[in-house]
Amino acid sequence: MLSNIDYSELPRALQHMMERDQTATKPLPRRSFLKLAGATGLALGAFPHIAMAEAAGSGKAAGALKPTQQPSAFVQIAGNGEVMVTINRLEFGQGVHTALPMILAEELDADWSLVRSRHGTNDAAYVDPLFGIHLTGGSHSIKNSFAQYRELGARARAMLIGAAAARWKVNVATLRTQAGTVLGPDGRKLGYGELAAAAMAQPVPEKITLKDPKDFRIIGRPTPRLDARAKSSGLQDFGIDMRLPGQLTAVVARPPVFGARLASVDDSAARAVKGVKAVLRVPLDGGAEGIAVVADGYWQATQGRDALKLNWDTAKVEKVDSERQLAQYRELAGRPGPHKFDADMAPLATAPLQLDAEFVFPYLAHAAMEPLNCTVALTEGGAELWVGSQCAGLDAGAAARVLNLKPEQVTVNVQMAGGGFGRRFSSTSDTVVEACEIAKAAHAAGLNAPVRTLWSREDDMRGGFYRPMHLHRARIGFDERGNVLAWDHVIVGQSITTGSVFEQFQVKNGIDGTATEGMRDPYPLPMRLTVHHPKLNVPVLWWRSVGSTHTAFVMETLLDEIARATEQDPVAYRMRMFGDKHARHRDALQLAVDESGYGKTRLAEGRAWGVAVHESFDSVVAYVVEASVKDGRPVLHRVTAGVHCNLAVNPRTVEAQVQGAAVTGLSMCLPGSAITLRDGVVEQSNFDGYTVARITDIPEFDVHIVPSAEPPTGMGEPGLPPLAPAFANAIARLTDKPLRQLPFKIESKS
Amino acid sequence: MKLVVNDREVTIDADPAMPLLWALRDVIGLTGTKFGCGAAQCGACTVHMDGEAIRSCITPISDAEGKKLTTIDAATDGTDRIGAAVHAAWVKHDVAQCGYCQSGQIMSAIALLKSLPAGQQPTADKIDEAMAGNICRCGTYARIRTAVADAARTLA
Ligand code: FES
Ligand code: FES
Repeated sequence: MLSNIDYSELPRALQHMMERDQTATKPLPRRSFLKLAGATGLALGAFPHIAMAEAAGSGKAAGALKPTQQPSAFVQIAGNGEVMVTINRLEFGQGVHTALPMILAEELDADWSLVRSRHGTNDAAYVDPLFGIHLTGGSHSIKNSFAQYRELGARARAMLIGAAAARWKVNVATLRTQAGTVLGPDGRKLGYGELAAAAMAQPVPEKITLKDPKDFRIIGRPTPRLDARAKSSGLQDFGIDMRLPGQLTAVVARPPVFGARLASVDDSAARAVKGVKAVLRVPLDGGAEGIAVVADGYWQATQGRDALKLNWDTAKVEKVDSERQLAQYRELAGRPGPHKFDADMAPLATAPLQLDAEFVFPYLAHAAMEPLNCTVALTEGGAELWVGSQCAGLDAGAAARVLNLKPEQVTVNVQMAGGGFGRRFSSTSDTVVEACEIAKAAHAAGLNAPVRTLWSREDDMRGGFYRPMHLHRARIGFDERGNVLAWDHVIVGQSITTGSVFEQFQVKNGIDGTATEGMRDPYPLPMRLTVHHPKLNVPVLWWRSVGSTHTAFVMETLLDEIARATEQDPVAYRMRMFGDKHARHRDALQLAVDESGYGKTRLAEGRAWGVAVHESFDSVVAYVVEASVKDGRPVLHRVTAGVHCNLAVNPRTVEAQVQGAAVTGLSMCLPGSAITLRDGVVEQSNFDGYTVARITDIPEFDVHIVPSAEPPTGMGEPGLPPLAPAFANAIARLTDKPLRQLPFKIESKS
Repeated sequence: MKLVVNDREVTIDADPAMPLLWALRDVIGLTGTKFGCGAAQCGACTVHMDGEAIRSCITPISDAEGKKLTTIDAATDGTDRIGAAVHAAWVKHDVAQCGYCQSGQIMSAIALLKSLPAGQQPTADKIDEAMAGNICRCGTYARIRTAVADAARTLA
């Protein structure tokens, strides 16, 4: 996902994006919203629209309100009182499908049992209200839409009250609301469903009063997910489940080496496969090309693909080899480069204690459970897409470029997605672009049918856009009390934002801020940080918690090493560095310490404690873990989390997100959790070669949240970074050998 | 070719080598069963064949002919006591996150509980063993453990 955004640079960045795509979004005339949404097959007929002022025929637009502030695009209330809330994000497991409706329903005073939710489109209403683009990333969904969804709920409520006041001919000030009902002074009642139609005619108020947070009755309450039933019965549809009349399925034969093109093609056998409708040569991401096989279904398409005889021209493309790459990175680490921090390194020469360390991190695939897919229907007036997209507007713009359409002629229907971890927002919109190229070529070949492009697991895993491989080197001078006198640090790794819309404001002085986030801070360390960004043809991308996937590991294991070397308790050592600053770090760590029994409970024989704390995306997570080594293999037994995300909108989701992120953090430690290349070819292709955590790897979890009434910060990613270092710190205490590599290198039994 | 899916006989015109997963999803239109890996690695495609959990992505329809096939759709529709208990436990414990793996998880859990003598409670190790073939990238494993154990208790 996206890394921490530098807000000060935001307007410039957005301007850049807008210039690039003209309008990256598709502004809909608001009055036509109902009709348009109905046309996509969603059962909206029962939901009258709570409209904005211009629809009320008052002749006045709703003043200064932006599309993101118009209740009509977000709330629909049916006659039976059901409230349909449209979310402006992609739900891919993180729980916004429930948390955003909770926020809106709170201010609407809805009856929670009647609240439902659904995805939006690339409509301009569904941009992130701060960033101005459609975006699910950077753990920003709740943080950036908290105020927005509260206001939307409050506006809709005011309109319902206005409608009741008009009906009863009383002053609005005499009316109250409660759980989906407007209450009159004399005991009269009207349900929201009965008022919805009349409320449409009410003006949208610009000024509204929000609740005092102490009166919240939905926000902050552990709330079951709205999609729990559908997702426990096979009824939930995902992007991959799209079935339009006559729809065909395409798979693509991709080059073995990134960027390669075709030398020769013999598709005669492929065309003869039963069910194959077309075999098409298509441009692929990164200047490559491939062969798309379009067929009645996925199986037939893959049969056709298997029958292709292809020769690839790989002579002119770079063939990255992981072993050679590591040697190159080591060589690069010794060279001068741009500095992110530039403290004086003179004390290194005289420091009483020294530590030299090198860390290696591999490429990682996102490997979301639902393989990538995108369905495209070319219509008379444009195109319609169905895709689990983290960036519907940018994807629509990219589709428009491929299809020679205007962005407003493209509708992207955001689909429920089976995970993503950043992969459903690529810097080049690769999934969508390729699906549109195929749809275009199929159309040109005379096929008048919607085409679903579907990636196999192998396509998905070998298709690039990885968390980049990184090398870190540190030389640290410190004294007997553990005071760091100088810390000389080097990071080598590809830049993920170079070439993306974020380059302009993420890359400064040749340094990609996403590679260094999580370094040094919040510790008061005299650090010099040198960064090298080698250019390679392996596509790289943000990956759940981005830079913190490696920086947190380096920082938290090295600090632990200093604490061990100077015989200090790792918790006390960190607390001493926080001093009287960084209250959220202190509170999160203390909570994890208290709840885990750290320092009090005697651990089972062979186990050790491990500690780490890290802030990412404005939330702080601390872990205290128990681990052991069994047959030379590190085993994680118990994880206690202390979480500071300010107000937790749905504590149940926060708990799930922390557990889930911790499981992904654990995955990074497991042998086989690496993407490697040999002579340009990715060596892993499925879950047999690329390890992810299974139920047998899973520890016991306890998640505790620091109480807070401050506006919420995100929880999609912050649970990930501190898990691996906490685990490694526990193992280092048992073996006296620091772990400086992910996945953990297992010593053979012998 | 004739298949018996969820107690319904369906006749399909397909290559006998076609994996059951794609017959269910693309031909019959039962998309509750998911595609995750196509290689018996992830368990997303788990269905029951004559009561046993199988990976439909590597099972050709020729092997499924004449067998009784049950998918997530029928297993959790309330007609099967064990399926209903597992579904209820999944909802109660809010197991799903993205939800994509959960059809397969639930089918594995139902198969485990059906394999036990009536009322017998699965041990923690037994649950892990039965669920080890099902990957969840969202990391819902802790709640899966809780839900399976809870479903077993409600059936006792
Ligand atoms: S799709 Fe069959 S086991 Fe993964
Ligand atoms: S719930 Fe998302 S993969 Fe399991």
